[in-house]
Amino acid sequence: MNYPYDTERSFKNTIDWWLLGCYIVLVVFGWLNIYASVHGDEEASIFDFATRSGKQFVWILSSLGIAGIILFIIPPRVYEVISPLLYSIVVFLLIAVIFVGTDIKGSHSWFQFGPVSFQPAEISKITTSLMLATMMSHNGFKMQGRNFWITVAIILLPMLIIIAEKETGSALVYVGFIFMLYREGLSGWLLSIVGLVIVVFILTIVYSPFIGILIALVLISLFDAAQSKSLLIWALVAIPLIILNFLVSERYQLTAISVEAVLYILYSAFMAARGLHQKFRWATISVLAGMTLLVFSADFVFNDILKDYQRARIEVLLGMREDMSGVGYNVNQSKIAIGSGGLLGKGFCQGTQTAYGFVPEQSTDFIFCTVGEEWGFVGCVALIIVYLTLIFRIVLDSEHSRNAFTRIYGYCFASCIFMHLFINIGMTLGLMPVIGIPLPFMSYGGSSMWSFTTMLFIFIALDKDERKYF
Amino acid sequence: MTIEKHSKLLFGLVLFALVLIARLFSIQILDEKYKTSADNQAMFYQTIYPARGVIYDRNGKTLAGNAIVYDIMITPKECQGIQFDTLELARTLNLDVEYIRERFDYYRKYRRRIGWQQQIFAKRVLPEVYMKFAEIMYKYPGFRGVKRSVRSYPINAGGNLLGYCSEVDDNYMQKHPGIYRPGDYAGRTGIEIAMEEELRGEKGYNIFLRGSNSQIKAKYKDGEMDLEAIPGKNVVTCIDADLQSYGQRLMENKVGAMVAIEPGTGEILALISSPGIDVNMLNDFGANYSIISENKYRPMFNRAVAASYPPGSVFKLVNGLIGLQEGVLTPETRYKCDHGFYYGNKRLGCHWHNSPLDMEFSIMTSCNAYYCYVFKNILENPKYSSIQERFDRWNEMVHSFGFGQKLGSDFPSELAGNIPTSEFYDKRYKKNWNAYSVISLSIGQGEIGCTPLHIANLAATIANRGYYYIPHIIKASDGVEIDPKYYQKNYTMVDTTHFQKIIKGMYKAVNAGQGSGATAWVGEVKGLDICGKTGTAQNPRGDDNSVFICFAPKDDPKIAIAVYVENGGFGATWAVPMASLMVEKYLTGEITRPEMEKRILEGDLMYKVKPY
Repeated sequence: MNYPYDTERSFKNTIDWWLLGCYIVLVVFGWLNIYASVHGDEEASIFDFATRSGKQFVWILSSLGIAGIILFIIPPRVYEVISPLLYSIVVFLLIAVIFVGTDIKGSHSWFQFGPVSFQPAEISKITTSLMLATMMSHNGFKMQGRNFWITVAIILLPMLIIIAEKETGSALVYVGFIFMLYREGLSGWLLSIVGLVIVVFILTIVYSPFIGILIALVLISLFDAAQSKSLLIWALVAIPLIILNFLVSERYQLTAISVEAVLYILYSAFMAARGLHQKFRWATISVLAGMTLLVFSADFVFNDILKDYQRARIEVLLGMREDMSGVGYNVNQSKIAIGSGGLLGKGFCQGTQTAYGFVPEQSTDFIFCTVGEEWGFVGCVALIIVYLTLIFRIVLDSEHSRNAFTRIYGYCFASCIFMHLFINIGMTLGLMPVIGIPLPFMSYGGSSMWSFTTMLFIFIALDKDERKYF
Repeated sequence: MTIEKHSKLLFGLVLFALVLIARLFSIQILDEKYKTSADNQAMFYQTIYPARGVIYDRNGKTLAGNAIVYDIMITPKECQGIQFDTLELARTLNLDVEYIRERFDYYRKYRRRIGWQQQIFAKRVLPEVYMKFAEIMYKYPGFRGVKRSVRSYPINAGGNLLGYCSEVDDNYMQKHPGIYRPGDYAGRTGIEIAMEEELRGEKGYNIFLRGSNSQIKAKYKDGEMDLEAIPGKNVVTCIDADLQSYGQRLMENKVGAMVAIEPGTGEILALISSPGIDVNMLNDFGANYSIISENKYRPMFNRAVAASYPPGSVFKLVNGLIGLQEGVLTPETRYKCDHGFYYGNKRLGCHWHNSPLDMEFSIMTSCNAYYCYVFKNILENPKYSSIQERFDRWNEMVHSFGFGQKLGSDFPSELAGNIPTSEFYDKRYKKNWNAYSVISLSIGQGEIGCTPLHIANLAATIANRGYYYIPHIIKASDGVEIDPKYYQKNYTMVDTTHFQKIIKGMYKAVNAGQGSGATAWVGEVKGLDICGKTGTAQNPRGDDNSVFICFAPKDDPKIAIAVYVENGGFGATWAVPMASLMVEKYLTGEITRPEMEKRILEGDLMYKVKPY
């Protein structure tokens, strides 16, 4: 494409070096950790192609090739045009893989071509993001009515197919698009209620319906407080709650929560008596009713709808069951590996848990364990900061963009990284169920490396394209 | 003010990140549990057991040394789910198939509690058996052989003295926190327990890394953090191994004890309790325990230090010395003995001998009547106002010889014995008593109880002419110090000058020749100048006990010895020849009276002894 301007800024000035920097740091750091996690007694070179670190090197090189193609060859404007086609192809592949795919660990989500296997679910994130961006950047798009349902359908279609492939973890990532939707005009209520439902569901299962209702009360009070923008209520309800959750031992947490709930009820009664902030009363009441329903249905859902392995994973996650040899083994080993790292870690290639294979899926889904064990608390926090920087830059670049396509795509991308990051790290820390999704840019594997690189560089290219003129 | 949606999202993002960081903080910094778990599952500590200190005799001969055996250890977690050839395992290790099954059932049952801990699978496997097992060990993951040293006893000397070691139990571990772990051995009796701290040494360990499949991968940090085991300190005893062993042979088939002391130092040269424990039983004491405990003659009971015997006539020496000291007796004092001592309508009998007699002769011939007079004089001494006062004075002086109290030797389970007090008789006779009431004390009968160690100490005290060193078995050596009290002279309350007079009688008792009235003439060895005193102590459970104490040579005593043979009859029958042979053996190294030796070695008194 020819641009009629000769004021075009150079590559050096238009590319977001922060993004590129974060990318390189993550990829190299990931590669080192893969080397460390498979490094046993025999000293193998990091480039040894027989080892995972050697293969990852190949993935990295090929990813750089992909990055080059996206940056220098593919014109950024072409995505808007071809995204419906790409989306359709990928949806087709997603369906096809159910029938012709290879069964890997119980899920039918991989195509196998000789030694190379490939997972359409990984690419689906890209095409769905592009599709959403195309669709939502049309002039006159509004987050309501038909438009809204089309948007939801675009997200749900691949998501449901992936669930059918028994790749629940990958499907969960699509929930993240709600953040993008929120940015693009979805009501904050919806976002809040989705969060609320999840929290109350878990609490009901772990403790009792009574506690579930109490917590629902407390959380509604939080929204109430946020809406009335009263700092006093924030101080009264939210801050002690957050502190309590981290500091108070499990035994007293419930007591503390009950006290909070009683305080809130008293406060509400007081406010109601004085006839203040009636505005949100209807919302509060309806949400409360919904929560109560949910609380009583949670038991049913948990016991009758969820599958055995799903229930097992949730039970282990929620500490209802300590099963160190079965499902709980992974999480326990992962926590041991990370916990044994301490403040500064054991040093590169010095990890005993990682090098000797105590943690399963050490170089793929549980790569964070190696970071935790060998680089310690400091290394982990630094790594999280790098990811945060990456997400921050994407969000800020998106906000600065005058092009809705770029912005929406950027938010989709940021949501995907966010979901992967928190599910993956949360899982290794025992905060999330064991859901097999990779840590972006770091986990071993060609599919995920290629797809995240592609996603990132499409964004960099879109961003660069705009910067040329401003 | 409205907050931009993207700011809210970014704020939420930071909150989420803080949740992760808080969790990391709690796992990595606050909670130590994960670090311990990591070490436990990845690091494998293999204990290196130190060699126990060697126990030597006074001449550098080994009493208790070390031999190598192997304990077969198993980490049950490492072999979970693996099928073994139980038969082969049983055959190779000489174990019962049933035993192996039991062990594995146990591991399965307690797998949670056992975790990664190592368990002992088979103990004390001999090196030749272990070598066979080592060849097939690759088939048995989780098994490991741990070399450890056990006792070996080159000379059969001092089974009771040395004591045994056995695996520590929970109770023992609690009493010594932090030192022992299951599978460790500790001394349980004798020198092994008395010197446990010196002998045990310090355990070391090798650290290995193991993988999730439990195979040992490598040495942790190339062995940098390994700890060498420090062998136990060697302990040198005062025991003369040859003498001890010879004494044991002499005491075979007799019940009693023999204690030999070097008077000049208080060092115990031999301490024999019979029947005793054969050293070969010590090594696997647990296995032999039933044999030993079922023996009706109680071989575990160390009679030399823990049996309370009446001393019999050897106690006349003490009364004689007290009489001399109190001024109620002179060597020239003569008493008549008409086959006994008559008081009221009672008689304390005596054997036939010349009469009247002086002190020297009274010792030589062991006249009962003479010492009844002496004791009566002590208890009727006008120096004091009451019988109680006189008696307690006597008691105090007897105590100064070490009687009636624990001597304080370094041997555990020493008995104090008993010397009665005036209070005791006040109670018994309702304060209405006199010398005649307690007259049997004069000849070492009655309420006196003492151990062979007390009696040997008396011999040493007389040999030293009035003082003793506390008898002890451990010598000071490199790294092992002994209590300074063992270097102190303990004087009796009797002036040293009086001892010479007594010794004259003791010399004659052995060396005056047959037919002279000397009670211990059979013990005479030309040139050794043995001085002794016989005793024939009453034993309510049968024949009299045969007792003899002696020391030699007279003017430069090198050995003092007490021999106590239960139901042996006259002192001269068994105790005298035995002591004499011991002295000869110790001083000359050879035996000039083989027929006497033969009689003793072959003598069997067991039929006379009532078992417990």
